[in-house]
Amino acid sequence: MTVLLNAVRPTRRRTAWLSVNLALVIFVVLYGVIAILQPNYLDAALFMNFLRRAAPLIILACGQLFVILSGGFDLSMGAVVTLVVLAASMLIGGDPDMTWTVIAILYAMGLAVGLANGLIVSFLKVPSIIATLGTMLLVNGLALAWSGGAPRGDLPDNFRNLGRLVLKDVPLVGSLPIAVVILVVVTLLAWWGLHATAYGKRLLAVGDNPRAAELAGVPVKPTRISAFVVSALSAVTAGILIGGFSGVSVNAGRGLELQAIAACVIGGAQLLGGRGTIVGALFGALSLFALFTLLNLLGLPQALRDSLQGLILIAAVGVTVLRYRRST
Amino acid sequence: MQLRTILAATLAVAFSTTAYAQEFNDPAEFKKQRELLSTKAEGPEGKPWEQHLGGGMVDTAKFKKDGPHTICFSNAGVFNPWRVVGLNNMKGEAELQKARIKELIVLDGEGKDDKQISDIQSLLDGGKCDVLIVSPTTTAALTPAVEAACEKLPVIVFDRGVNTKCPVTYIHPVGGYGFGITSAEFIASKLPKGSNVLALRIVPGVDVLETRYSAAKSIFDEAGINVIGSEFTGSDRAKTKSVVEDYINRGEKIDAVWMDAGDTATAALEAFEDAGLPYPVISGEDQQDFLRKWQKDNLVAIAPSYPTYQWRTPIIAALDILDGKQVPGPEWNLPQPAITQETLASYIDERMPPLHYSLCGCQDLPGYPEQWGGK
Repeated sequence: MTVLLNAVRPTRRRTAWLSVNLALVIFVVLYGVIAILQPNYLDAALFMNFLRRAAPLIILACGQLFVILSGGFDLSMGAVVTLVVLAASMLIGGDPDMTWTVIAILYAMGLAVGLANGLIVSFLKVPSIIATLGTMLLVNGLALAWSGGAPRGDLPDNFRNLGRLVLKDVPLVGSLPIAVVILVVVTLLAWWGLHATAYGKRLLAVGDNPRAAELAGVPVKPTRISAFVVSALSAVTAGILIGGFSGVSVNAGRGLELQAIAACVIGGAQLLGGRGTIVGALFGALSLFALFTLLNLLGLPQALRDSLQGLILIAAVGVTVLRYRRST
Repeated sequence: MQLRTILAATLAVAFSTTAYAQEFNDPAEFKKQRELLSTKAEGPEGKPWEQHLGGGMVDTAKFKKDGPHTICFSNAGVFNPWRVVGLNNMKGEAELQKARIKELIVLDGEGKDDKQISDIQSLLDGGKCDVLIVSPTTTAALTPAVEAACEKLPVIVFDRGVNTKCPVTYIHPVGGYGFGITSAEFIASKLPKGSNVLALRIVPGVDVLETRYSAAKSIFDEAGINVIGSEFTGSDRAKTKSVVEDYINRGEKIDAVWMDAGDTATAALEAFEDAGLPYPVISGEDQQDFLRKWQKDNLVAIAPSYPTYQWRTPIIAALDILDGKQVPGPEWNLPQPAITQETLASYIDERMPPLHYSLCGCQDLPGYPEQWGGK
């Protein structure tokens, strides 16, 4: 028994490092190619701008990771982003005094969606991929019905600044987008929640083997529900940043849930739970975003770009999975 | 072996796009629409939805019927703000003429050919309709359904056409080539030879959008203006802004931005703002948010349109046909104006939502502006 444990432990640790390293390597390679094509991407200001644009995806990936670790999927994230952008514009209606009140309301909406997802999955025993597909359709439909297909209202500058404003002449970094500050805070919070608390360990245990976790005294249902709540709240945060970055749009969140899942997998998370890190999700999302930017810069025709993106995604995920298998 | 298959597949994809792009570059249609743009409209002054550009009239005496009438409308769907505004225009026109209309029945095709085909069938089977208006999802797929309807009652088609001459009239503005010609000619007139223009488009493969780009591209080529990129944005503001930022970061000067639809025009302009660059010459569309920004920041801009007032015309045509009056046909070409610096102020209405299409011709309709989302 002791022998076995000793044999297992070092491999586990090695694996975690390997998976993180790989997403980091992919990101560095992709960003390296970008820098070769466009040397000005090495400027601090442009790198900060890159981070500003990648921030929503990274935040979504961090939230999605909680659900993936607990053994599920959250497909409703993109719909929540769309709802947040549309709701913000209609509730604020261009009045800057309303901004903070409305942001609180947006988080309350996120909380409701997350709780609904979690309760449906935990108590009705609906597989999360179906349950969140349902909420995705429901939330999208609600957002469209509410806005009548054409968004009304406007986002005032103090709301837009959260995703748009870039502070100039900041010591050390030169320019600092507000979105990057938010990104750092959210990532640190997620890292702390997942890797430095007992809650994080319980989440991993639930995803790895819910029955064993339950027998070991882990409150499985509340843990699961909380993962969906974290995911929905991260989607609200990402929605606020996206709305701030570019303004009101009915297509704001389309496809983001799949990008977030892809980012987690590139970052070494195991679908259906039990393994994954915030650092991995962070670099997975950065890799994915670097890929989008690179393909934009190459100026290839759209059809070729889509196929190339698909191929690279499959390759990245494939390599990550293979590497994990070999190392155990 | 696998590598070869992948290569072959990629090449096939690449070539198929060039092949289907040619379909949307019809020199004869380009020439026709260019002439229509400068044709003087006939009909009541100030009411472009009742006007027509050239063409003949068709006799409708055989359709004369006592009112009030039931008008049936098979709609392709309401999947974008343009169609939302359009449908409101149509309902507004019906409200205006309510003394002569018993009922306006609208079925929503949800953007699906098969749904719309069965919609038309059920409208015919219902037996209540005196006249049928169709706004087809796609041209070829809807043709047989429209042909079947023509045998039972007068049919009016608008927006997209069908491949049959059986409808009494087919109502549409000048068209996609016209949109591309107006916008590209404006940009070319403002810039010297050798300038750079970035083309931003919604999605590939949609006929009404592809023709806009192919026309603009020919004008730019003719004028010696370089199209440094043609990018698809999926109507997504965040994507639009990112794409433009990437082009700005490439270091190439962007003198103008050409758009095949204006809903993300303000997002494209914000990318220039955030980079601290002057605004480019830009062609957008007649949405309020773009017009307001144009006025506020003194842009050099034009707003070509695919006017939503064309949704009023089918109701007017339907009532005329049931009265046995002559209507323009078999093609009813509506004027397709562009908003310019001179007319800009008259199209701005602060009460309206940002994506409201200003050439709706709806200001005099009952329920304006609340019905259109205004305050």
